[in-house]
Amino acid sequence: MSSINLTLKIWRQPNSDALGAFETYLLDGIHTDMSFLEMLDVLNEKLTKEGRDPVAFDHDCREGICGMCGAVVNGVAHGPEKEVTLCQLHMRHFQSGDILVIEPFRSRAYPIKKDLLVDRSALDRIIQAGGYVSVNTGGTPDGNSLPIPSQQAELAMDAAACIGCGACVASCPNGAAMLFTSAKISQLALLPQGQVERKTRALAMVAQMDEEGFGNCTNARECEAVCPKGISIRNIARMNKEFLRAVLAEG
Amino acid sequence: MELNSRAPSGPLEKKWSNHRFSNKLVNPANRRKFSIIVVGTGLAGASASATLAEQGYQVKTFCIQDSPRRAHSIAAQGGINAAKNYQNDGDSIHRLFYDTIKGGDFRAREANVYRLAEVSNQIIDQCVAQGVPFAREYGGTLANRSFGGAQVSRTFYARGQTGQQLLLGAYGALSRQIHSGRVKMYTRREMMDVVVVDGRARGITVRNVMTGEIESHVADVVILATGGYGNVYFLSTNAMASNVTAAWRAHKRGAGFANPSFVQIHPTCIPVHGDYQSKLTLMSESLRNDGRVWVPKTKGDTRKPADIPESDRDYYLENKYPSFGNLVPRDVASRNAKEQCDYGKGVGTTGLAVYLDFADAIKRDGRDTIYKKYGNLFQMYEKITDSDPMVEPMMIYPAVHYTMGGLWVDYDLMTTIPGLFAIGECNFSDHGANRLGASALMQGLADGYFIIATSIAHYLGTHKLEKISEHADPFIDSKRWVDDRISKMLKNSVGGSAGKFTVDEIHKELGRLMWDNCGMARNKAGLEAALEELPKIRKKFWDSVYLPGTNKEINQSLERAGRVADFLEFGEIMIRDALAREESCGCHLREESQTEENEAKRDDVNFSHVSVWEHAGNEKAPVMHKEPLVFEYVTPSQRSYK
Repeated sequence: MSSINLTLKIWRQPNSDALGAFETYLLDGIHTDMSFLEMLDVLNEKLTKEGRDPVAFDHDCREGICGMCGAVVNGVAHGPEKEVTLCQLHMRHFQSGDILVIEPFRSRAYPIKKDLLVDRSALDRIIQAGGYVSVNTGGTPDGNSLPIPSQQAELAMDAAACIGCGACVASCPNGAAMLFTSAKISQLALLPQGQVERKTRALAMVAQMDEEGFGNCTNARECEAVCPKGISIRNIARMNKEFLRAVLAEG
Repeated sequence: MELNSRAPSGPLEKKWSNHRFSNKLVNPANRRKFSIIVVGTGLAGASASATLAEQGYQVKTFCIQDSPRRAHSIAAQGGINAAKNYQNDGDSIHRLFYDTIKGGDFRAREANVYRLAEVSNQIIDQCVAQGVPFAREYGGTLANRSFGGAQVSRTFYARGQTGQQLLLGAYGALSRQIHSGRVKMYTRREMMDVVVVDGRARGITVRNVMTGEIESHVADVVILATGGYGNVYFLSTNAMASNVTAAWRAHKRGAGFANPSFVQIHPTCIPVHGDYQSKLTLMSESLRNDGRVWVPKTKGDTRKPADIPESDRDYYLENKYPSFGNLVPRDVASRNAKEQCDYGKGVGTTGLAVYLDFADAIKRDGRDTIYKKYGNLFQMYEKITDSDPMVEPMMIYPAVHYTMGGLWVDYDLMTTIPGLFAIGECNFSDHGANRLGASALMQGLADGYFIIATSIAHYLGTHKLEKISEHADPFIDSKRWVDDRISKMLKNSVGGSAGKFTVDEIHKELGRLMWDNCGMARNKAGLEAALEELPKIRKKFWDSVYLPGTNKEINQSLERAGRVADFLEFGEIMIRDALAREESCGCHLREESQTEENEAKRDDVNFSHVSVWEHAGNEKAPVMHKEPLVFEYVTPSQRSYK
């Protein structure tokens, strides 16, 4: 097992109202089998032992599926590896002597709460606006009464794989949440269950997206490049189509 | 402590419908007068919140993460069982019931397990209607896969992300109710206490982890859906925030805790590789279909696996269990891996791993076939370990995965505190001493979508509850108690960090104690020693834990400290429960209780019961009660895999 020495420049900000700044930490003997978050754990143990305030960051499942972790590492959301979350990024992808600049996901719609920890509740409110099929519990027809072509189900699943980490927003030059929003709109537009509310859903979710202060897509494709689940911007094209259809139909 | 299971009488297949008919109801127009608190937003909590709100109740839902979609149900991979018999291969509700109760080694209640099998089919219909993208056959019908412990194909799945898709379905339903105003959602709240008024649960005390504020919330009913306690071992496959705090506080307020020592250890996880490790990752059990498990024959053989000739390898599962070989059940595979490592035959830098080798399968079926079957798992393994299983054998080791024990509940899922219900992994109800694969998702959603609303209506329909304010004494007292405890935790830190311990250091010490003495295999001497040791670690925590920061800000060290403090208390009833259960059953081996062939020996004469622990006071030993298990429809049999 080999180990590396790193210089970390981490964004420290005590709360939403305070001014933030980068602080530099030297961290030696980092095992290359560690995950990025375990490296931050080691730093935090060290800071705690020295009586200093550890770095606050969000994380939970640490297996790349809950979508809670995330930070920008050297300018890239979730770091340099393709299709991984920060918790699944391992230190073997860095060299001894590297300087790592670690910042929170930044967006007008993501207030920083402390250090690397931000408030992404705007994403929840977009889903609340219509990211579901309005069906109550009970009284639903047999699962097999609605045949769905395998290919269609797979396309819907591609979109449904979104973990809601919000890296797409942090990477977009316009601060758009369109990859996130379009993933849900696509999933349900592709499935027969989503047809009834197809138009109202597109209108409501796009309106909420705008209200939260997110920007619009100009095809920079930065979101797709950092998405840990490989969600394609084809979904954004599909969302634009859904939105347009709904506007024309509903006036 | 009175343990009335309220399991309905009558024939097995009529129990649930009879019970629903005899339970009281609440008129739709009256439901809005009642308020319900739900803690936790995993499969059980999210589905219960949505369902109760749809029916017209006022619901307040709480979760610890930044969004209800983060709950750890999201990490479940394999699938969800249902007795649809879509494959026409002989499945039925009765068969799913039988497989589940047998899989649990006959330590669960017949009536509960049968109901679970009965509602399983409705769960699939519900999830399909929500737009969950289950895998489909080319003709458009739902696809199934096979899973351990069953001879029929009954598992529904959405790639390797079934838990995620089911949770997002429930989260969608919950989001819809939040939007309509019938659910008030409180994120980033950690439950600190249950408030009991005149013997009934009437609310909770929570800490807002963003501001440190302690809040009181009042309701007519409280439902806990707060998951399992696997993190008592520090390392487990659970999420970092998974904890026992909510269940433990309920226990201290009078809720019985059932079978705390029943913990599932999963055999195929990526081994621990260093002290810094924060969690363990599960690799699907399906790998054992083609992988061969082995260790070197001699102790301390440090050659590379490729350099160890066939004659120096011990394929211990194939040798010991010729008829099942590498496909023995989870508990047997886990125990034998530990045994080999305890002999000093383990591999890897820590000696705590065994090989899972695909070389023969690749030779037999070709590289392409094997890669097609397991490619995604191999990639995941390589991402974490930097080793390619197509080239060198995988290393695996068992890890804590699921806790079958939990708050004791009756057939209505109500704890021994009236008005306090427990659903999902945080209750003990359906999995006995061992849970079968693809059954956890089924239970979480069964409880939330289809069972709890009946229980709530009956409880509200049969009790008259007085209005109460959050300024009433029991709420104020609870808040004060929570505040005092936090102050006590922080008081050591005033003098700085010198000579003190971090929360994680103490948590790791607890984890090692529990893993070594109350893990897969247990014995009286080890358990008694652990019972001696535990109070010392507890004292170390309260005397010298160092917590930076204050209570009035985001303080993640303080959050963890609160959870570890509870694990340190909870560990004691786990050890005591393991001591009292002098039989081997389900997931654990009691070393004194083995057959002549060194296999687990269950003792139905003396231990066919649920052990339920009652909190007797902080300085007093807890009291154990028993709920006898009666089997009318199945005959408990001894398992053998030779």
